[in-house]
Amino acid sequence: MSRAQLVQITPAPKKKLIALVGPPNCGKSTLFNRLTGLRQKVGNYPGVTVEQKLGRMQVPGGATELVDLPGVSSLAGRSDDERVTVDVLHGKMAGLKKPDGVLLVLDATAIDRHLSLAAPVLALGLPTLVVLNVADELEKRGGALDPKALAAKLGVPVLLVSAKHGQGLDQVRSFVAHLPEASRNLELPKLHDVPHRRRWALQTAKIAGFRRPKASIWTPRLDWLALHPVLGPAVFILLLTIVFQSISVLAKPLQEYCQEGIQISGGWVASMLPESLFRSLLTEGVWPGVGAILAFLPQILILFLFIGILEDSGYMTRAAVIADRTMSRFGLQGKAFIPLLSAYACAIPAIMATRTIEDKRDRLATILIAPFMTCSARLPVYTMIIAAFIPERHVIGPFLGTRAVAMLGLYLLGFLGALGTAWLLKSSVLRSAPASFLMEMPPYRWPAARGLAFRLLDRAKAFVYRAGTTILLVTVVLWLLANLPMHNGALSPIESSYAGMLGKSMEPVLRPLGFNWKIGVGLITSLAAREVIVGTLGTLYGVESAGHSGGGLAAALQHDLTPGGAAALVVFFAFAMQCFSTLAIVRRETGGWKWPAIQFTYMTVVAYSAAWVTNHVVNALFG
Amino acid sequence: MRTLADLRQGESARLVNLLVAGDEATAVMEAGFIPGTVVTMMHAAPGGGPRIYRLEGAEIAIRVELALALQVEDAA
Ligand SMILES: Nc1nc2c(ncn2[C@@H]2O[C@H](COP(=O)(O)OP(=O)(O)OP(=O)(O)O)[C@@H](O)[C@H]2O)c(=O)[nH]1
Ligand SMILES: [Mg+2]
Repeated sequence: MSRAQLVQITPAPKKKLIALVGPPNCGKSTLFNRLTGLRQKVGNYPGVTVEQKLGRMQVPGGATELVDLPGVSSLAGRSDDERVTVDVLHGKMAGLKKPDGVLLVLDATAIDRHLSLAAPVLALGLPTLVVLNVADELEKRGGALDPKALAAKLGVPVLLVSAKHGQGLDQVRSFVAHLPEASRNLELPKLHDVPHRRRWALQTAKIAGFRRPKASIWTPRLDWLALHPVLGPAVFILLLTIVFQSISVLAKPLQEYCQEGIQISGGWVASMLPESLFRSLLTEGVWPGVGAILAFLPQILILFLFIGILEDSGYMTRAAVIADRTMSRFGLQGKAFIPLLSAYACAIPAIMATRTIEDKRDRLATILIAPFMTCSARLPVYTMIIAAFIPERHVIGPFLGTRAVAMLGLYLLGFLGALGTAWLLKSSVLRSAPASFLMEMPPYRWPAARGLAFRLLDRAKAFVYRAGTTILLVTVVLWLLANLPMHNGALSPIESSYAGMLGKSMEPVLRPLGFNWKIGVGLITSLAAREVIVGTLGTLYGVESAGHSGGGLAAALQHDLTPGGAAALVVFFAFAMQCFSTLAIVRRETGGWKWPAIQFTYMTVVAYSAAWVTNHVVNALFG
Repeated sequence: MRTLADLRQGESARLVNLLVAGDEATAVMEAGFIPGTVVTMMHAAPGGGPRIYRLEGAEIAIRVELALALQVEDAA
């Protein structure tokens, strides 16, 4: 074999892999984002990161791989997210080599506590750099610390940085470029003796000249408010009201601008193209279909902004504390409330976030109930029906309108569905001894504007991307089905098109719920993504009204659905499991198809029965 | 013997005994509840919910059931 060939088959020397390790909420992901330019989720509560995330960081003279990991309070791996970190550190994570070095990130304001994690991490024998983060708060609150003294004591380099403000990052880079040897000095404490380890941490902090910063003055005051027996719940309800009122009022003009823009551009496209099938596809299919969904972008962004503020302020852990009592009545604990709140954005990250729950059965129960929480994909459906059937009136002056109340009611309905299911599960198949509850409360912080802005931008991009791919594809196929087969060279009237036939074949099952065949077609397309039903109805009514001016989707729905059918539709969406991506994640996290199958069946049965009852009750009352 | 659950808001005491075992004991100690530590009661969640205690500059929420198992003496 020639030398040249040999060179070819020898793999290039692999890049070094550096692992970010540290206690929960010390700023590992913030640092990761700064170093790699990626946008990992950051939030001011423990357990934000629950799986490994690989990125590349530029260092003087090359690039290095960096892996962000879930926070750990020890290397015992007591929960699924902690086990990820432990597995990566021991080189047991599939697809990831054993790290060549560790960036041990500790919160400089709590170094005397956090150093007790340093002992087991240093004992791994990997080259380690200690990064003391949150230097800004340490200084602002009058704390002090001597990194050199700590470095001397630990025998490894120590840096003081502020990841949030981007201070000290160049030093981190140049340190990573010249990884030191693993420390050899080290009189480490007995690792399994927790009190001993903590005493060692306190002592080490003392040697490092650590002066604990003064407690934040705002945190106890805000907690007094958040945990007050009367004011606390009042504040919570007020926050919710603000969220929903702004979703239904603030977003409305924005939504109308979007709609107008879409209409104008549709008219423009129509005037540019000659009369043809392609033109009708665009103006009757794609524009009303994709456009109907794009118009919801402002609403979704407002929702995500509020979730982002909740997550980054520190309120999530307080919400978990307040919810603990209630949750324990339904067999769960307050910790499960955090994934459930994240599920208001999307069930998928919420199901991932359940990894922080130590008890296996509690975790499974939380996975199974998460899809009942009202995810952002249901928002367009609810808005569409509410806009068509509920007139906007003041409930409490201009601060709260009927539509916001209806929306709140639907969110509450989903939450009750989740709690009821939790109770069923926890009092039968998933019964277990009550788990303990122990949670560190981070200080309240101002949400990082930069992070929030990026999150909204990413969300908007993903939303538009999905509208331009999945939803566009569904819309085009649907338009074809709504116009074919050809009869003597002419398109079918919609009633006798393939879509019409498909919808009508479903009518026997749908009529008891008060749905017509168009809703039936929408239910099928919504399997691609829940909000697609809005686009589908946009297209179906768009095709139908081609030629004569329709009064928009709201008018068409009002004309076509009874109040009972409309109410049944939102109830069906509140409970039904129409999301394959969620089922796929449930399969991955539970390790098989058994639970997703049970979940799908159960939710469909609940959704159908509840919709049936709703249709009959509402029609009897208002019909 | 008094326990953490007996502390009123703002009151401090020194931990002397932890009547917990197994994984729970490890978790409790890892959070800093170790004999000798001075703990201050900060807040109680409404309706008999968890209590928030401050120790070593950190604030930790635990349920009353657990607080009842953590015995204390006067901090003086
Ligand atoms: N003041 C200040 N806050 C910071 C700094 N770095 C991070 N934070 C904040 O600390 C909180 C936690 O940051 P994350 O990066 O999510 O922490 P993490 O270590 O990845 O947390 P987990 O993934 O839950 O283990 C966020 O609110 C950050 O904005 C810093 O240098 N200074
Ligand atoms: Mg993180």
